[in-house]
Amino acid sequence: MVTGSRLQVARERPAWQHLDSAQLVLLGAAVALTVAAAVSLAAAGGVAEPKPAIIFGALIALGELFRMNMPGGREVAPISTAGALGYGMLMSVGGEAVTYSALQVVAVTAAGMFAGTLPHIAVGRSPQLDAMARRLVVAAVVAFLFRPLTGLLFDERLDLAEWWTALGLMTLISCTAVCSDMVVAAAIRAEAVRVRFGIAFLDEFRAGVLLCAAKTATGMLIAVATSVMGLAALLLFTAPILTTQFAFRRYAAVRTTYLQTIRALSRVTEVGGYVETGHSRRVSRLAVAMGRELGMTEEQSLELEYAALMHDIGQLSLPDPIPGGATVLASPAEQRRIAELGANVIEQTGVLDKVAHIVRRQSSPYSADPAPPLASRIIKVANAYDDLVGDSTDRDRAAAVLDRLRLDSASEYDPTVVESLGTVLERRTYRW
Amino acid sequence: MRGLPGLPPAAWGYIGTVVASAALVLSTGSYGDVERPTFIVLAGLFLVCDSAPALLNLERARVSLSFSVSLASVVLLGPDGAALVGACALVAFQRVPLVKRLYNASQFALCGYIAGTVYELLRPVGSHARWRPTINLELLPFAGALVAYVACNLVMVGGILLLSRQATVRALVDEIRRLTPGLLGYGSFGLLIAGIYQAVDMFAPVLVLLPLLVARWALAQTRDQQRAHEATLAALCQAVETKDYYTRGHSERVSRGAVMIAEEIGMGPARLEAIRFAGMLHDVGKLGVPTKVLKKDGPLSETEFAAIQLHPMRGIEIVQEIGFLDEALDGIRYHHEKLNGRGYPMGLAGEEIPEFARIIGVADAFDAMTSTRSYRPARSVEEGVAELRKCSGTDFDPQMVEAFLRALDKKPWNPPKPVVLPEGEHVQTTRQDHDDPSAPLKVMGEGPW
Repeated sequence: MVTGSRLQVARERPAWQHLDSAQLVLLGAAVALTVAAAVSLAAAGGVAEPKPAIIFGALIALGELFRMNMPGGREVAPISTAGALGYGMLMSVGGEAVTYSALQVVAVTAAGMFAGTLPHIAVGRSPQLDAMARRLVVAAVVAFLFRPLTGLLFDERLDLAEWWTALGLMTLISCTAVCSDMVVAAAIRAEAVRVRFGIAFLDEFRAGVLLCAAKTATGMLIAVATSVMGLAALLLFTAPILTTQFAFRRYAAVRTTYLQTIRALSRVTEVGGYVETGHSRRVSRLAVAMGRELGMTEEQSLELEYAALMHDIGQLSLPDPIPGGATVLASPAEQRRIAELGANVIEQTGVLDKVAHIVRRQSSPYSADPAPPLASRIIKVANAYDDLVGDSTDRDRAAAVLDRLRLDSASEYDPTVVESLGTVLERRTYRW
Repeated sequence: MRGLPGLPPAAWGYIGTVVASAALVLSTGSYGDVERPTFIVLAGLFLVCDSAPALLNLERARVSLSFSVSLASVVLLGPDGAALVGACALVAFQRVPLVKRLYNASQFALCGYIAGTVYELLRPVGSHARWRPTINLELLPFAGALVAYVACNLVMVGGILLLSRQATVRALVDEIRRLTPGLLGYGSFGLLIAGIYQAVDMFAPVLVLLPLLVARWALAQTRDQQRAHEATLAALCQAVETKDYYTRGHSERVSRGAVMIAEEIGMGPARLEAIRFAGMLHDVGKLGVPTKVLKKDGPLSETEFAAIQLHPMRGIEIVQEIGFLDEALDGIRYHHEKLNGRGYPMGLAGEEIPEFARIIGVADAFDAMTSTRSYRPARSVEEGVAELRKCSGTDFDPQMVEAFLRALDKKPWNPPKPVVLPEGEHVQTTRQDHDDPSAPLKVMGEGPW
């Protein structure tokens, strides 16, 4: 999706080079935490209260085993996170107080995550280090804030008011941890897809808030249930989050399939000889990069991506391909017709009205009244650029085309959008 | 339940009995030892969950999270309290007719009462009148109550569906089989709520139900996305078909036919889904065949014929990235192979041809024959069937042909309407059809294919 193009590029470089600074800081913190936890355990001569440590560790490992990828390439492991939060906020096991330290929580979480990752590595799936580090840091934040309180909060038998105080504190602390996690995630994403931090944070919030709510609720639930009923309750009380996990896995799968289908079918114009090979894909990649540069949210850029992939679909209704397939060279009337036909096809779906609108206005000049939406203006520029440059990597040609687009801006092309193309291209030549 | 007017008298009698017994249970109940605050919390939750969209939506039934709350009330409030909570469905925020509302409330009340009674009976002698959760979960009594509740619910819903003739026994059994795991699952969350209710009060249902509500959101999103996906696929396939006036709707019908065969030979839901999409996409590669070849009237030269033979491969080129298609890709790649090895593109024979391809091949040919072509009017379904029979064993897998004919007996085939070309417009049509086994492509210097 949005990160697709970047990750492809990134893979060709050594692993450490494609880490952005925020990722480096995060990974450093995670490693430091793990080392400190290991040292403190060694100094203490082992694990305090081993039984819950083992069972929670196993739960975390299981959660890591069943982690999944959400839209936007976000790796999540709801069960693992819930288990780690629950272990961090555990006050007693069946009424007997537990007194382990925050560092032990970090150690158990890290060990569980490591164990759960091994099978993934064994089958050749490399772990998303930053996502794992974030999960560890969330657990650590909760543990460091809550462990010191357990001694104060817990006595032999908690009455309702004491429970509510404890639960209130748990809610507060886990919300703090989750929010700081979103800040970290946003910082990483802002660097990765070149988007302003505020927008990246909104994206992370939208993508993660519901799952985070489910995770923290389950963390608190298992902490309470284990306190009340002992370790056997742990199994039963992970059932709700299992349902959540199952539902989200299917959701993620459908989203992926949908995008795959549109990407694949955007190629019918190529196979039919209407456009050059790779045109739709290149235009969509360029358009999404420009959209992010211009401050689009993830949702908007997904619409932009769909529209860019299908922007030439209207050509299917033409009796014969236009020569060379380059719509930029076609007459304005013909361009409008292709845009209109394409929009009609997309409208047929009944669900992609916004995308259809973007495609319909893609041929309108910038000076048209009413002004075409930003996404249409972006596609217009990206399409013109790709029609004129194609898959050539000649820098002089690219620069010449960019200059030509600049000359036409103000009437035909939106100058800001052309400048964003300039920025994206410059970054590309610098980075690639 | 839909379409209330015109209910048969038996159904009215049934509704009357259920409502009357619920009224009896509710009026004779003793509510003295029902804890009021707990009741208010649970009743409120029940209403919220019952009014919220359902977790599991089937054609005639829905399972909502109110199921969990009901089971929690069975444990926490006893039979009378549970009946009262169930009766709250009467005022749930749903757009349903009064009769249905009344019936649902009554059946929930009865289910709650019966499950509560079972729970009390199964509890060890000497335990307290009300649930005191401390360390041990009372698993056995709860399991009994859960099974009783689910059974009652299914019997009562099934009864009204049967009596009002909204479902056949077979459809009902099938639906119950699909519903039961969900009902048991959501019901058992009630135990979780009850388990920690004593300790944390209102926090208990919130903590248990929050992840479930989030799951519900994801499921709803999944459904929306699935629909959007299907609609998009259909629209794009249609766009591909507009190239030829005569083949409009072909993909859609082939997809339907392939699904009919697949259902008949007992394919599972995941593979059914795959073959549905494969049917829709099977001719996408035809776009790679130049229009002039498709429009050509005389015999095709060898290169032109090669272009047609390659269309399944061009199709694969387009759709291979769609991950879930997987097995269906083979169905697209080999849908023009023939059992006797005279097909294309690979010339596979017999069992070498993947199952999906053998299915799509039959549906594809049948639709081509029963549709209008530029060189002939549409054939009747009977003629199509006769032709399939004739080619069964040479072109088509007899097993698939038989399955298709059986399916045709159950569900009639809707052939496309005769095509009337609009006048005056520029219309594209083809002169030959590569799918039509009764009129093979004419190729220069070779026998008929």
